[in-house]
Amino acid sequence: MRVMVLIKATEQSEAGEMPSQELLEQMTAFNEELVRAGVMLDGEGLHPSSTGVRVEFSGSERKVIDGPFAETKELLGGYWLWQVKSMDEAIEWVKRIPNPTGEHGVVELRPVFEAEDFGEEFTPELRERERQLRTQTPESA
Amino acid sequence: MAGRDVTRTIEAVWRIESARLIAGVAHQVRDVALAEDLAQEALVAALEQWPESGVPDNPGAWLMATAKHRGIDRLRRAEVHQRKIEELGREAELRSPADDDLAAGADDPFDDDLLRLIFTACHPLLPTNARVALTLRLLCGLTTREIARAYLSSESAVAQRIVRAKRTLSAARVPFAVPGRRELNERLASVLEVVYLIFNEGYSATAGERLIRPELMEEALRLGRILAELLPRQAEVHGLVALMELQASRTRARISPSGNQVLLLDQDRSRWDWLLVGRGLAALERAYATGGPIGPYTLQAGIAACHARARAAEDTDWERIVALYDGLAQLMPSPVVELNRAIAVGMAFGPQAALEIVNRLQEEPALDSYHLLPTVRGDLLEKLGRPAEARAEFERAARLTPNSRQRVALLDRAAACASQR
Repeated sequence: MRVMVLIKATEQSEAGEMPSQELLEQMTAFNEELVRAGVMLDGEGLHPSSTGVRVEFSGSERKVIDGPFAETKELLGGYWLWQVKSMDEAIEWVKRIPNPTGEHGVVELRPVFEAEDFGEEFTPELRERERQLRTQTPESA
Repeated sequence: MAGRDVTRTIEAVWRIESARLIAGVAHQVRDVALAEDLAQEALVAALEQWPESGVPDNPGAWLMATAKHRGIDRLRRAEVHQRKIEELGREAELRSPADDDLAAGADDPFDDDLLRLIFTACHPLLPTNARVALTLRLLCGLTTREIARAYLSSESAVAQRIVRAKRTLSAARVPFAVPGRRELNERLASVLEVVYLIFNEGYSATAGERLIRPELMEEALRLGRILAELLPRQAEVHGLVALMELQASRTRARISPSGNQVLLLDQDRSRWDWLLVGRGLAALERAYATGGPIGPYTLQAGIAACHARARAAEDTDWERIVALYDGLAQLMPSPVVELNRAIAVGMAFGPQAALEIVNRLQEEPALDSYHLLPTVRGDLLEKLGRPAEARAEFERAARLTPNSRQRVALLDRAAACASQR
């Protein structure tokens, strides 16, 4: 199964503070471990919400709102996409995420829908559109 | 943690740690069978103690320390102690310089042990099904019951196969080592064969109700991805990973809602898994970037990549596929490869050129009762406007196919040819 691992933003990440050398080194080692275990499919860190944008939908209206956004706890700082056997395996990996400063943080795990889970709602036409969008991104992934 | 069962945590830790645990202990005791016993003992100890004591901060280190302590106890107790020490000396001599050279891509000593474990479990001395069972058990951490379920076999049969395999390894005194350079190609081929066999059993199950077994595909992909990190300079390892990622990317499109198999050119490409396509193409690039010799896996991945790069079936670069099949036919000449090459030639250069290849194959005894030969020949004859001959071929193919759904489809085509006259 695939699991999306969502790393919640912190005051530091929202302030745009770069992680310490120590954390960077430990994170690099952890990422390498994930790759070597055949678990890592994808993963990136995100810029603070001050660089982000929200688009609010209401009826036919589309309202564009510039960041930053206030509710830090609900924001994301980064994500991983993992291939694991079970949620329990994903939990074990999450417990190993380095946290050298001991600061408070929250990581949320969500199982990823397979296309089959959408049933008839996800028609071939929608899939085609989605594929076109995906293949417009470079194939260097 | 509240509410989540400790047993499930232990299972997850086992999933992550077992291969490294067995490999690390095998390094110490120089005996894979004994190492697995000791690792299992450590697991039992965890199941007894962790529900009381809580899960330790570093569960992998706890299991390793426990297993190694038990190993020392056993060696002390057993009279084989002396023999083991002698063996250690003997193996230090046996370890060729290539061992270190090969593993140089991995700077973690545990990775070296993992690699040794993989080569031992896939030793060509063992029959294929024993290699497969031992690999799933030692490297994927599957229980005997899980292996039996995946292969629709009985638990006792799988258990026996594993016991026999371990005995064979012990009796032959197979060293716990990465093969030297001279042996490497043959031994690596054996490893890759096992991984691809596991994948294929998942991709097109040979028995049972289900057409695919995703759990086996996932185990094989994981093994392949691990191997690619352990042996980053071996082109064929990346080639195999690329082939598996690209094939796995089509899983969802291969089966129609009514449960029939959908041929590649008829598949709804929007249902392909584009994350896996991207990974497969990247793995193929890594294979070529090694600069090392390209083998059959890389060539097959190259063919799969031609299909993956085509947004629609009619965009397929058939001339490139023909060139790749030419390479494949040289590396491993076989009538089945030749038949596939003929199909590609037909798509690239027209039915007449393909028919000439197929006609030569008709004398091939290996394809005597292979339904795809008359199917392909019928298809080419139909395209060449020779419906009477095409009809005879489709009827022959219908008699040969073991699959009842295919038989119906072939008889339909035969009937369509009959009405063309």
